[in-house]
Amino acid sequence: MAHAYTPGLKVIPKTIVHKTRRLPLKGDVIVKLNQEVKAEDIVATTDLPGNVVPVNLANMLNLEASEIIEILLKKPGDTLEKGDIIAETPGIFGLFKTKAISPASGVLETISSITGQAIIREAPVPVSVQAYINGKVTEIIPDEGVEVSTVASFVQGIFGIGGERRGEIKILTKNTKTTINEDLITEDCKGKVLVGGSFLTHKAFMKAQRMGAIGVVVGGFNYIDIKKILGYDLGVAITGQEEIKTTLIITEGFGKVHMAQQTFDLLKSHEGKMVSVNGATQIRAGVIRPEIIVPLEGEKELKDKKADLSGIEPGTEVRVIRVPYFGMLGEVTELPHELQRLESGSFARVAKVKIYETGKEVLLPRANLEMIEKK
Amino acid sequence: MKLEAIKSILATDCGSTTTKAILIEKQGDEYRLVVRGEAPTTVEAPFEDVTKGVLNAAKEVEELRGRQILEGDKIVTPQKGDKGVDIYISTSSAGGGLQMVVSGIVKAMSAESAERAALGAGAIVMDVLASNDGRLPHEKIKRIRHLRPDMILLSGGTDSGNIKSVVEMSELLKASNPKPRLGINYKIPIIYAGNKKASEQIKKNLGKVSDLSVVPNLRPILERENLGPARDKIHDLFMEHVMAQAPGYKKLMDMTDAPIMPTPGAVGEIMQVIAKKEKITVLGVDIGGATTDVFSVFKDLEKDTPIFNRTVSANLGMSYSISNVLASASLPNILRWIPFEIDEIDLRNRIGNKMIRPTTIPQSLEELKIEQAIAREALRLSFIQHKEFAVGLKGVQKERTISDTFDQSTSGETLVNMMDLDILVGSGGVLSHAPRRHQAARMVIDSFLPEGITQIAVDSIFMMPQLGVLADVHEKAATEVFNKDCLLRLGTCVAPAGQVRPGKEYMHIRFTLPDGTAVDKSYTLGEMELFEAPYEEIMAEIIPARGVNVGAGPGQTVKTVIYGGLVGIIIDARGRRPFVLPENPEERVKKLQEWSTAIKEFEDK
Repeated sequence: MAHAYTPGLKVIPKTIVHKTRRLPLKGDVIVKLNQEVKAEDIVATTDLPGNVVPVNLANMLNLEASEIIEILLKKPGDTLEKGDIIAETPGIFGLFKTKAISPASGVLETISSITGQAIIREAPVPVSVQAYINGKVTEIIPDEGVEVSTVASFVQGIFGIGGERRGEIKILTKNTKTTINEDLITEDCKGKVLVGGSFLTHKAFMKAQRMGAIGVVVGGFNYIDIKKILGYDLGVAITGQEEIKTTLIITEGFGKVHMAQQTFDLLKSHEGKMVSVNGATQIRAGVIRPEIIVPLEGEKELKDKKADLSGIEPGTEVRVIRVPYFGMLGEVTELPHELQRLESGSFARVAKVKIYETGKEVLLPRANLEMIEKK
Repeated sequence: MKLEAIKSILATDCGSTTTKAILIEKQGDEYRLVVRGEAPTTVEAPFEDVTKGVLNAAKEVEELRGRQILEGDKIVTPQKGDKGVDIYISTSSAGGGLQMVVSGIVKAMSAESAERAALGAGAIVMDVLASNDGRLPHEKIKRIRHLRPDMILLSGGTDSGNIKSVVEMSELLKASNPKPRLGINYKIPIIYAGNKKASEQIKKNLGKVSDLSVVPNLRPILERENLGPARDKIHDLFMEHVMAQAPGYKKLMDMTDAPIMPTPGAVGEIMQVIAKKEKITVLGVDIGGATTDVFSVFKDLEKDTPIFNRTVSANLGMSYSISNVLASASLPNILRWIPFEIDEIDLRNRIGNKMIRPTTIPQSLEELKIEQAIAREALRLSFIQHKEFAVGLKGVQKERTISDTFDQSTSGETLVNMMDLDILVGSGGVLSHAPRRHQAARMVIDSFLPEGITQIAVDSIFMMPQLGVLADVHEKAATEVFNKDCLLRLGTCVAPAGQVRPGKEYMHIRFTLPDGTAVDKSYTLGEMELFEAPYEEIMAEIIPARGVNVGAGPGQTVKTVIYGGLVGIIIDARGRRPFVLPENPEERVKKLQEWSTAIKEFEDK
């Protein structure tokens, strides 16, 4: 039978992290191969084509489109300033002239003799891409960007909002079960990536934003509070562009769910260090999960390890990702071959899992298990 | 290879979550489904190669069938002895499917025809641009730059009309310099299917910035659509450009013996084949993880010709898009189908968790009931969108006679008439894999609200996409497997439309079941009942109350043949136009449980 393989979230103490830093359009790569870079360094730049302003000269001057060409004062390729005259009617004995004035500065790109439309392109918009993590340039993608690599601790969350940020880790809770409420958010949260607990209240998140926290990493959060933060319903899990001051990363799921002990322990071991966080999530083809990267300065380079794709086997450590055992960890003890009937009445492939918290063995659909990836 | 010589067929459907494989073999003179296998789709990291999932699914088929199909990383074709299969074919919706922007001049005319062509080819339409869509030129340019579709379809103008508007649209397209979604190294494909007189000008404007194809006008005159050439071109470009950019698809294209078809395009094919063969009206739905497609073949009453329509509700689905169902339907509409009380915050969190872990399945009965409640709303909303879109051509002048004076129909009216519907077919995980077929029947009845007498069927194991692409290659094999193994006839729904006062008789029925049981019974408004009966002809007499319609007109008795099926004959006297659920939560839960028991939805726990 084909392997049951549900890629889990990565919680890895030491690995090589590769980040591709790509421009949205072709441009210039300004770093060299093997160059050491800091997170804030710009690695590639480009100019996005400027905004386009269409102006219908025929309508403006009340003429046929074909007549426009003869009365143009500017030709395609000319530079325009806002207020420049693009075309002018001859008027009567030089009087009563009508003028077509440029509404924007830029370059006159085209003029159509069929529609009478002129296209003015405004100045290009410069765009640059930063390295995002401290590391080394390990690949140059000509005209497009680079790959930056570093030895780091790497933790993935399940869902996040808000984009790339950098800050110092501050552990907020004593353990994985505590709720983060307003009282725990203090002035010294400014500039920090706050970590801990099973649940973050909406008020606590709002206060973290007010206090200038860079990010919050927590086990669970209420789905309805995402709407309260964003002001709209999040229909599909494609995030990262939200205009919020504090990036939020949920490690386990919606509701109150204890943060996985190993996630908490790993981040706690790095308290005080600078980390790169990104809430961007895309649960579609080319899945993207939110991440916390802690570069391990001075660490010797590791060899790249291929992800373990061997699938769930007896002995595999798993996390249950759906009720009724949602959030609990355990170990697979058996993989029955036959389909088994679930309480819902459906037949599914199952795994027998010993749940750590209760010590009991239960049959769970394999689809509701996630491997814990430590490599 | 000659068609008759084909002994075995392997067909896969690479969905956004799972890749499904079916093995069809010739047994005696007919083709039958033998086994089915599935594996997670591997378009995403860490695999990034769709063929891995295909091979995993084929491996499962191989193991279940107990004979060799693969040799290393290859599917053995043609079959040699007991090894391999004669042909291998595939459909795909992985990697987000085919995403298009369409454009026309008048929103309700050429733009709508362009949308129909794109949808019919299996695309997700990201936006419809039109000269009169109310957006300013710079807003349109900004929108095109932002969207990054896989392909653009530009239409507009009849072949004798003026060219100015369509040329203007091409100028906006040129100015926006659109970039394709996948791969920054290639030019975006644009198909021009508008006024032929403007072709040269369009080539001048778009020839350099895009990979332009010019095909015959899709609306050559106002009264006629010619969607075929544009649809075919979309299929070709889908293969050449979009598929070729997705991870592993070049390899997959080399493996298949026929072009890979977009999944919804393939389901549409098979729906049309059924409608044509059986000369019936069909309404079909395929509810997936990310999108829900609705297909219909209804008659255009003016011309008495069958018209096929497909709509895709791009963000209504049961996993990736499940939160969007909540956002679009609103919480009260989902809650109204849940037959127990549940905390609202808890329900929202459960829905959010399904969105972020889309491959999980309900383990408890409570979770199953919640998912089926959400499915009802996803189906209902998709159907509303379909009814709005499946309309006659707009802008057409109609000749009217004096007898039409009292007929209020206008051009552009919906073709979907539930009273005329012969068969309602459900497909997609939540329907095909419902633990009891009774649940699937209830879900489609609750969301589509069929009227009069309607047969209900489901796709047994969700294999319509594979049969759709097979219909193109080997129609006999496709229809045989479709009738014998794919289409599960669940029974007939008898649902009068109209209202009577509470407590008054709504309908009376008389029929004799195949086991000899005579049924002679009256119903009041709000009742449901199930008569278990196999798929056999049953002569029935249905007498509706005054003003109530079961197909022959208000108050008119209907004598007709109805069929049982795996579920049976479902009497749905809950009323239509309007169909209402009690507003009081306690009463509503009580009613839902009562109907559930009547239809035996959750028996044999």
